[in-house]
Amino acid sequence: MTAQIERHKYDIVVIGAGGAGLRAAVEAREAGLSVAIVCKSLFGKAHTVMAEGGAAASMGNVNDNDNWMVHFRDTMRGGKFLNHYRMAELHAKEAPDRIWELETWGALFDRTKEGKISQRNFGGHEYPRLAHVGDRTGLELIRTMQQRIVALQQKDGRDFGDPEKKIRVFAEVTITEILKENGKVAGAYGYRRENGEEVLFEAPAVVIATGGVGKTFKITSNSWEGTGDGHALALKAGANLVDMEFLQFHPTGMVWPLSVKGILVTESVRGEGGILTNSLGERFMFKYIPDVFKDKYADNEAEADRWYVDQDNNRRPPELLPRDEVARAINSEVKAGRGTEHGGVFLDVSKRLSAEIIKKRLPSMWHQFYELAGVDITKEAMEVGPTCHYVMGGVEVDPDSAAAVGVDGLFAAGEVAGGMHGSNRLGGNSLTDLLVFGRRAGMGAVAYVKSHGENPVSQSTLDRAAARIEAPFSRVGGENAYSLHQELQEITHNLVGIIRTGAELTEAIEKIAEIRKRSANISVTGDRKFNPGFHLAFDLDNMLLVAESTAKSALLREESRGGHTRDDFPGMNSTWRQVNHISSFDGEKVNIKSQPLPVLPKELFDLFDVHELEKYMTPEEISKGGSN
Amino acid sequence: MARTLKLRIWRGSDQDGALQDVTVEANSGEVVLDIIHRVQATQMGDLAVRWNCKAGKCGSCSMEINGKPRLACMTQVSAYAEDEVITITPLRAFPVIKDLVTDVSFNYKKALEVRAYEHPADLAPGEARMEQIDVERSQEFRKCIECFLCQNTCHVIRDHEENKKSFAGPRFFIRLAELDMHPLDTLRNRKQSAQEEHGLGMCNITKCCTEVCPEHIRITDNAIIPMKERVVDVKYDPLRWLGSVIRKREGIL
Repeated sequence: MTAQIERHKYDIVVIGAGGAGLRAAVEAREAGLSVAIVCKSLFGKAHTVMAEGGAAASMGNVNDNDNWMVHFRDTMRGGKFLNHYRMAELHAKEAPDRIWELETWGALFDRTKEGKISQRNFGGHEYPRLAHVGDRTGLELIRTMQQRIVALQQKDGRDFGDPEKKIRVFAEVTITEILKENGKVAGAYGYRRENGEEVLFEAPAVVIATGGVGKTFKITSNSWEGTGDGHALALKAGANLVDMEFLQFHPTGMVWPLSVKGILVTESVRGEGGILTNSLGERFMFKYIPDVFKDKYADNEAEADRWYVDQDNNRRPPELLPRDEVARAINSEVKAGRGTEHGGVFLDVSKRLSAEIIKKRLPSMWHQFYELAGVDITKEAMEVGPTCHYVMGGVEVDPDSAAAVGVDGLFAAGEVAGGMHGSNRLGGNSLTDLLVFGRRAGMGAVAYVKSHGENPVSQSTLDRAAARIEAPFSRVGGENAYSLHQELQEITHNLVGIIRTGAELTEAIEKIAEIRKRSANISVTGDRKFNPGFHLAFDLDNMLLVAESTAKSALLREESRGGHTRDDFPGMNSTWRQVNHISSFDGEKVNIKSQPLPVLPKELFDLFDVHELEKYMTPEEISKGGSN
Repeated sequence: MARTLKLRIWRGSDQDGALQDVTVEANSGEVVLDIIHRVQATQMGDLAVRWNCKAGKCGSCSMEINGKPRLACMTQVSAYAEDEVITITPLRAFPVIKDLVTDVSFNYKKALEVRAYEHPADLAPGEARMEQIDVERSQEFRKCIECFLCQNTCHVIRDHEENKKSFAGPRFFIRLAELDMHPLDTLRNRKQSAQEEHGLGMCNITKCCTEVCPEHIRITDNAIIPMKERVVDVKYDPLRWLGSVIRKREGIL
């Protein structure tokens, strides 16, 4: 078997071809190194294309009061101060440069009257901050970087006579394992879906940029790719995951018809003036403004409506609260019997904007509702409800280099990395997260390769990786991967979902362990070639590790914060804010340990009004006033 | 409201494939991709289909449904009559890998042949100023989700393998038009290269590509025809021809 495998040697292997992976690859190639980009799907199809609203960067093009410090504060507030401060700081400082850089690669963002990049309002952002292209910003981002990689290949074609000599895309390849030798990363192993043949990538550095975990849940805005592959690959390679209890349920997913349940309805609908109402016609969000946000959000309709024309003298409408608040509010309205026929609430933009403007600013939303639900959003309200959208938790990394803690040669960026968003991500911060930390992961990997050199893969390591791929075919009449996946989704949806309790989480942990046991007996029909059942066997293994990490971290955290709500511990607790949960894998089960959250340094502490910090921090922390 | 659907699905490769009859339940509001997934989960665990977003945004689930090139995720089952048999086949212009999955690498090779965007050397990041109205022309083409339905339906290559070498196809004509109309791109010969290197002249504007585009990009009217017209202007107008020769000599064009 190992005699036939395809072998490649690169300086750096990037797993994942979404925004973060492509940005890392560009950085590495521009630094002179050779790069393999491994995509799970075709090149250019990654989940980044689904990002609609925009990319948050404090360019100050629409309101020149904006700057990195305001953006940093908004990000920390959104994350309920559980963010790794250094990541939030780097992100806020570097985001504008990353957006402008895209323009030099051919991106065409929407413009202001002065011809600058236009910026739109979004939940949790104090000023209009999101660079956008209608409601297809993610597509613009991925296409721009895809074309940037083509440009680099064309240059290599001119310089070396082979465009793929130094940077090559391996589409529809599934990585099943990160290989190590002498305790350090040595490469990655996987198989090509088009023919089932196995592939070895030898490389001293691997960048994981595999995105999220949404498919672990029943109702999600994520595509089939979001199965936590990188989270699991990292765990198995000896890295840690941080804060896996925090999952973002986007407040507005489609709820009807059933076949589209979960598909994202962009926050831009609210940014552009969409309002949320219940079945009684009440604009209910005014009832759900938490104390920590009372001075920033309007408590009456008149002021909320005035904000759209005069943002300096009015507070923001509560529809634009951070996503966790809005998702919980919708959940409560539906539970109280004030939901729509299909279990959602109404979102209406037709009363504020003309049909022409809606079609121009929200073209894909109009299209999506018209084609899939038969609803014309320029005339009627949409029905929406929460959908599993994003995982804040992820690989524990060093903020500056994106190096995974505990594994030399491993890097992680984008959704698969943890820390940046704390307990809740603000809309628009994801796209710039990809760019800022994708670049940093590329830089980190380049520096590592230059100082460490090669680390060849041994035959025994190779044989072990190959045996694992073959396993599902060696069994007959075992478990069906599709059924196990559905069972897992039911468990996570019912027991580890938007509202959690200790008893339910305990039950979930037991049930996930049972499925894990049964999954060892999965058998597969057909052959290896483009076989989705075979593929799901690997995806399922990844999702099980993610679900276990999430459920176990969630059980430990006895408070409610951001994307983690405990019915039995409803309040936010300042003591819990000082703690990160670190998941690791011992080969059989996930173990969780508590670790102190890095303390805000004085210069960042001082960016806040101390009375605001008092809402989040303990008196001892306040009296210390930061770390130095 | 469940109904029972009769499907005929292509199984196998293009050498040894055949249509297979399947009967499957469908619920109200479902799209063809939902049905394919149900067939996968209950009857054909190894049925190969490409898909990602299931929201018409990634362009992965391109196939032919009753002979029409379509995205399976945007095709409502209710569009077909109760007793109609729905036939699902892979894209015809590309080699079949397995079942409904085709080898679309042709398109990625063509993408590599279109010279990349070139930013003005003296324009620093953040300095660009463009009018909304000027970016909108190229933005229409940048809506492309690369589903390759236009490539698949284009008769220049659909049944003419021999034309693939010299013809980039509608997807790359809009890419060339996008760069041609990009307010900042400094490469000035996009139209000529469309004509001379990418086979623009082989298109005889039957508009089949525009008809199948799920993003409703006006490929023929807004990209192909304007480029053809201007290529003709330069090529056949004696004065403009002379002008272009002089400018070329002086390194302007």
